Amino acid sequence: MNKPVWLKDYVMPTTKEEVPFGASNEAGFLVFKNAGFRSMKPSINTDVCIKCMMCWVYCPEGCIDKTGETLKIDYDYCKGCGICAKECPKQCISMVKEDEA
Amino acid sequence: MVEKVADFLAEGEADYEYMMVESEHSAMAAALGVSMMGARAFTATSSQGLMYMAEMLNYTSGGRHPVVMVNANRALAIPWNIYGDHSDAMAMRDCGWIMLFAESGQEALDMVIQAYKIAEDKDVMLPVMVNVDGFTLTHTYDVVDIPEQELVDAYLPSFDTANKMCLEHPKTLCHSVGPDYYTEAKIAQQEAFEVAKAKIVACDEEFEAMFGRGYGGLIEEYCCDDAEYALVAMGGTVGTVRDVVDELRAAGEKVGLIKIRGFRPFPEEYFQSVKSKFKAMGVIDRSLCFGVGGTVFGEVKSALYGSEMGLKGFVLGLGGRDISVDMIKEMFAELKECPAGEYSDQPIFVGRRW
Repeated sequence: MNKPVWLKDYVMPTTKEEVPFGASNEAGFLVFKNAGFRSMKPSINTDVCIKCMMCWVYCPEGCIDKTGETLKIDYDYCKGCGICAKECPKQCISMVKEDEA
Repeated sequence: MVEKVADFLAEGEADYEYMMVESEHSAMAAALGVSMMGARAFTATSSQGLMYMAEMLNYTSGGRHPVVMVNANRALAIPWNIYGDHSDAMAMRDCGWIMLFAESGQEALDMVIQAYKIAEDKDVMLPVMVNVDGFTLTHTYDVVDIPEQELVDAYLPSFDTANKMCLEHPKTLCHSVGPDYYTEAKIAQQEAFEVAKAKIVACDEEFEAMFGRGYGGLIEEYCCDDAEYALVAMGGTVGTVRDVVDELRAAGEKVGLIKIRGFRPFPEEYFQSVKSKFKAMGVIDRSLCFGVGGTVFGEVKSALYGSEMGLKGFVLGLGGRDISVDMIKEMFAELKECPAGEYSDQPIFVGRRW
């Protein structure tokens, strides 16, 4: 997907010299997983999915990945809002507890 | 003030881009944007306008963008009042801007030039608010020496910073930071204010060497060497106190004046150094910190922690009420009656009707 990726090997600053000055930093600088507060997450039943792309259209975070054979959800961005599950005409997206499935 | 800046441009006396916006909030947002591109920005405001741009003041200081702004100090509504006092600046005293107060038209002009040098110092990088008393300074005529462009350019060369947007190095501007690093960003600002204390003095000394006019940096003592009673003042009031000190000195009274020129950063070290110098010290406040008293008095009292001097906090000159020679004499008279160790816990209103 064409968006900044979470820099998983990023080492958090330990001195003030390492912190970006002021409140500006190099573009595309994502040092955290941007989904830490999710309690429910969507799960796609790809056997039922017809790839109508309604979830892709409605997802406010743009985290439905359509580049593969089946649709995938980028869980580093997904906030668990449930809009995709609500809008899916085949009702093949279910919201499951974060620590299940 | 910005209308005059527009006149300079229209008459071909100066060369800069002039931007018109619809509000003070937008004015500061625009000045911030200009500064984010690495250019020098100037704007001016007053009173309700300063309140309206409040949100953007913290954006500018937190982002460490060296905008310079003149604030014409005026009272805040309501009751609606357009006249001078320090309520506007004092309401914004924690917005992360360096705050300087000018005594005269000449000092206001010189202070703006100095302000850029302070703000743009790479170890400071903080915006500067030059405070000029509304009406007593902004709406009166004063003979002012406008320095030569070449001399100003020599004092204040063009500046460059890495803290800006450019196409070669795209940046995220005004990023967000969670609880884990926000504290450190604020510590960095606090450290810059400590650095600024010395830079304000150094920039003033360099200015004096080049232009022949110096103002004492953060503080000016007037007739304080052998003084027993001292009044602390800021802004245009300083000039009147200066005259009264001269008059009382001629009559043999040991009185002095302490002019606070730099209110942020606050010259705490100075007040610590004089905590046993006088018999009593009074502070003139032109604003009220409701529920506490005079705003400047609270800060002076805190900086004098452990002092045995008598301390009195006077509040006067609100909403443009004149600060007369007699009022200043009255305050000096009160200081003489103030026993050591006593301090006023309630504001003493001078010149009140009842």
